[in-house]
Amino acid sequence: MVDFAGWEMPVQYSSIMDEHHQTRKAIGMFDVSHMGRIWFSGDREEIGQWLDGLTTRRVAGIAPGKIRYSLVCSQTGGILDDVLVYYLPDASGDQPFWMMVCNASNRAKIVAWLEQHIGGRAIKLDDRTESTAMIAVQGPAANQVVAKLSSVDPDTLGYYTGTSCQLLGDVILTRTGYTGEDGCEIMCDASIALEIWEKVYAAAQEIGGGASGLACRDTLRLEAGMPLYGHELGEDVNAAQTDLRFAMQLKDREFTGKAAIVAAMKDSSLPVRVGLQLEGRRAAREGCTVFVGEKNVGTVVSGTFAPTLQKSISMAYLLPEATELGTEVTVDIRGKSHPAVVVEVPFYKRPS
Amino acid sequence: MNPENLLFADTHEWAAVEDGVATIGISANAVEALTDLVYMELPSVGDLVDVGQAFGEVESVKATSEMYSPVAGEIVEVNSSIVDSLETLNTDPYEAGWIIKVKMNGDTGVDKLLSYTDYQKQCDEAS
Repeated sequence: MVDFAGWEMPVQYSSIMDEHHQTRKAIGMFDVSHMGRIWFSGDREEIGQWLDGLTTRRVAGIAPGKIRYSLVCSQTGGILDDVLVYYLPDASGDQPFWMMVCNASNRAKIVAWLEQHIGGRAIKLDDRTESTAMIAVQGPAANQVVAKLSSVDPDTLGYYTGTSCQLLGDVILTRTGYTGEDGCEIMCDASIALEIWEKVYAAAQEIGGGASGLACRDTLRLEAGMPLYGHELGEDVNAAQTDLRFAMQLKDREFTGKAAIVAAMKDSSLPVRVGLQLEGRRAAREGCTVFVGEKNVGTVVSGTFAPTLQKSISMAYLLPEATELGTEVTVDIRGKSHPAVVVEVPFYKRPS
Repeated sequence: MNPENLLFADTHEWAAVEDGVATIGISANAVEALTDLVYMELPSVGDLVDVGQAFGEVESVKATSEMYSPVAGEIVEVNSSIVDSLETLNTDPYEAGWIIKVKMNGDTGVDKLLSYTDYQKQCDEAS
């Protein structure tokens, strides 16, 4: 167990490799209760408009059931956090509600930022992170196992949608995740979390699944090319540099940081996020410098030996001149130069 | 090799000293703690090492760790085939899993090494 943003988290239950593979092949269960969970109350339309002004992606007017991955940025376009904004049906089905899931390490900052921006609106925040739990059930067999226990089959939910339903009590079930696999996430009151975990775990074990820790969450998300706050994302990174175009809707709307993001998109001197594949099995990790010939073109922000791909992969911020796919670079790993090539992100796509 | 006949550094390397040559590897405890080894960076024959100096790196999915020489001298042999069979470090860390052999220039460092029993005691206390 390690301390992670004040939470005691399992890095690995057994072997990182085994936990990674079980998630790709069957089911990996992740306790992600450390993620911040914030509910919003007030006029629903007003909440949607308000959140829309604080996120890079349009959320105002989305239909009940929808979930949007989005960035929350400062005026200068720096990324305060990457979040999911949820607009979901409640248990009765006719009173949809807004909520947000943010990173554990940014929770206090995001709560303060949201509070600061309420202004005169009659909107209230309810941070229920510590009274609720969140379990990610990921992998090709994840939904079928959860379907046996839940009043709603996750497979009937569209990707990045969710609903309130019953699973040993009131839960929120969403078809989301951070592994590159299909699967779902369950949010529930902390009082029933252990029972849900144990029931899902028993069912998962029967078909080759099990618990997966924080370490393989990192190798899984890296293979899937998903950014991690503190590595690919940070306050010193402008949203325009991230190559997360799907999460940015700039036309016909205004949000905090937009002008700075639009300006950064036109600035060809800024490094942008790319994927690198290295020769051999040695991993280029955070902080390694990347060169084209003799020229320093950027820095690695995450890297690992990828268990599914059996290759060494990294994400890096490189100057635009070095970002074309196929560009040959070298990475300095503790004084030794290693050849690498710019490749497409995601590195891994699940078989459809 | 029976680990009880080996000497251990508190940085988890083992050494078997015979006729002025130290055979060096890493302990089963270290291999277990690292888990999921994927890569090893090895030195070359002829390289000189000092006591406590890094002679290579072992990399797991989780992290990279340096391996430190428990003795001083010249590297006279490197088990380079181990890079392609890192599982040997799990199955036979004290025999087939040896990593380098060092022709020692003196006994510097050897007196600082721990017996197997003391090393195990140290590992137990740390965990």
